[in-house]
Amino acid sequence: MKFAMKITSAAVLLASATGAMAQKGETVKIAWLDPLSGLMAAVGTNQLKSFQFIAEEFNKKNAAGVKFEIIGIDNKLSPQETTSALRSAMDQGARYVVQGNGSGPALAIMDALEKHNARNPGKEVVYLNYAAVDPDLTNSKCSYWHFRLDADTSMKMEALTTYMKDVPEIKKVYLINQNYSHGQQVSKFAKENLARKRPDVQVVGDDLHPLAQVRDFAPYVAKIKASGADTVITGNWGSDLALLIKAANDAGLNNVNFYTYYGSVTGSPTAMGSSAAGRVYMVAYAHLNLPGDINRIVVDYKKKFNDDMYTGSVYHAFTMLSDAFVKTKSTDPVKVAAALEGMKFKSFNGEVEMRKTDHQLQQGLFISKWEKAGGKFPLDSENTGYTFVPVKYYEPYVASTPTSCQMKRPS
Amino acid sequence: MNAEFLVISLLNGVSYGLLLFMLSSGLTLIFSMMGVLNFAHTSFYMLGAYFAYTISQVVGFWPALLIAPVMVGLLGATFERYSLRRVHKFGHVPELLVTFGLSYLILELVQLLWGRSTVPYGLPTQLQGPLFTLYGTQFPKSRSFIMLVALVMLVSVWLLLTRTRIGLVIQAALKNPEMVEALGHNVPRVFMLVFGGGAALAGLAGVIGGNTYVTEPAMAASVGSIIFVVVVVGGMGSLAGAFLASLLIGILQTFAVAIDYSMVHLFQLVGITVTDQTFGYPLWKLTISQVAPILPYMLLVLMLIFRPKGLLGTRED
Repeated sequence: MKFAMKITSAAVLLASATGAMAQKGETVKIAWLDPLSGLMAAVGTNQLKSFQFIAEEFNKKNAAGVKFEIIGIDNKLSPQETTSALRSAMDQGARYVVQGNGSGPALAIMDALEKHNARNPGKEVVYLNYAAVDPDLTNSKCSYWHFRLDADTSMKMEALTTYMKDVPEIKKVYLINQNYSHGQQVSKFAKENLARKRPDVQVVGDDLHPLAQVRDFAPYVAKIKASGADTVITGNWGSDLALLIKAANDAGLNNVNFYTYYGSVTGSPTAMGSSAAGRVYMVAYAHLNLPGDINRIVVDYKKKFNDDMYTGSVYHAFTMLSDAFVKTKSTDPVKVAAALEGMKFKSFNGEVEMRKTDHQLQQGLFISKWEKAGGKFPLDSENTGYTFVPVKYYEPYVASTPTSCQMKRPS
Repeated sequence: MNAEFLVISLLNGVSYGLLLFMLSSGLTLIFSMMGVLNFAHTSFYMLGAYFAYTISQVVGFWPALLIAPVMVGLLGATFERYSLRRVHKFGHVPELLVTFGLSYLILELVQLLWGRSTVPYGLPTQLQGPLFTLYGTQFPKSRSFIMLVALVMLVSVWLLLTRTRIGLVIQAALKNPEMVEALGHNVPRVFMLVFGGGAALAGLAGVIGGNTYVTEPAMAASVGSIIFVVVVVGGMGSLAGAFLASLLIGILQTFAVAIDYSMVHLFQLVGITVTDQTFGYPLWKLTISQVAPILPYMLLVLMLIFRPKGLLGTRED
């Protein structure tokens, strides 16, 4: 009897010991579904490299002891292609999927996963959205399997207008955005927020132009000039931002400040160069010269690829996954999803929390300004000698916006 | 709309129109002469920009302004000689497909050689800064330079076509290739020259368009469709027509951006109030500035319906 007890307790001990490290040595396949061709190819390529690079860094050392493997698939920025890419990634054994460019593909993934996870118990897949910022994704269209690591349009506008509130020089604001969901929302939230925080500010223009079609922004700049605006708010990215700022520089629009969402994304820094110094602001959850572990990664990334690691949420993705693996002692997406809900940790942008109600990461935001690199901020963007220098940091509660999400949790 | 805005917009429109003309002149020549709808034309534009970027790092911008178009022209001529000429005998569809394929090939090669992101192809110091300031708005030297080059190009191509022997042969071959061949001229070689020349013109546009705007792999696709509009609106094979159409489209787009009126305003004029409850509101509320970039395509459709030969075209077919 005594002997049997000993055996059992030993067995239990052994089981729990191995259980504690059950996930150790496992390979976690992460499907990356974003564009590698077409208009957004440059951005996608940079972000895929970011995922691969940071996966390697985490493979050297992570608390969970797992090995990350990235399966990169070109989704051509199309929701349809995304769905088939997702299927192929799941066939290759990916249980985690990451995507960030465009809310169209993001919705396609959420839709597909809702169905897949309901129909295939034991084969669930979790989606980490690292950059698609449509507020609907965590409001009316929220899904249990979706976790957003970026700050959504409404949060960024909240921080941006909180900053603008205290700049008395701002009197006339001009909105220029791309004519699709993201641009329309930037315009909508800008008007709402300004009306609330600075009712004295006049919105003198509200332009929507087609996405990535306009070569010549000089007419828009002439219009901005004619409107007498002192400030421009734009959610433009890629060539749409680069050409806009270039045209403004050319026309000598020196007394107008630009408040942007994506000033540091591939292409724009080169176009801004020295002539835009001091006139372009950006709202983001990160900047290039962050302290701590991510600094080493940004520096090494630049050394290896001669490119900027500007997507800080990639780092959050790996941090959160390995933390959840440790906590649940498993890499099972069902357990991990439960652990991600409400997860809090300290990061480069303060104390962040994956809000349980809507799976939107609550995080601190920076307002930064395009200035000469150096001193405390030595890393420059695209070798221009200039970088976004933080001028203001906002705690997570400042940018936090309410949610209307009615989360349906799997029973 | 005040005088200040009018003048600035006119300048912007004209300079953009002239860049479009530089792009489309080669295309219209090639199309009218060889019947080849050259889908790779804007790829030559892109190549011009990338070549100039690389060459200007070695020898500076001004030599690159000459060397890059010549290189692009040689590439174009080579392509015509060894690829296009071979598929010529199979008709127009294979010709179209081979240029279509070429455009993909060039795009991928450019991405392999220079990467997918924007290259830092900047303006030379002589072209930086404003040329003059008008009502407090600067007019950049780079844009003025585009205008100058386009005008010089227009004049020299016109002189070449009307005042030189080779120009006359080209013009003749344009209309009656069989007859010209019967008279003992080497028509395939003329074709090669025209194709190479057209590519070189696109390359030249790329050299100065690349640093005025941005040099990136998407630059070819972004102007790809608009220059077909120019060619069709201007009239097939008409250089003067292409010139007119380019200016028209440049100015049209520039001014349309400034007009914030929509159908809602029009309805108000006739006493109908349109609110967001009205049927079709998303369509009515579109302002002219929002639809500005699609106006050229509307012009294309209207032109094809009402005057298929284009503004100054001569052929009805």
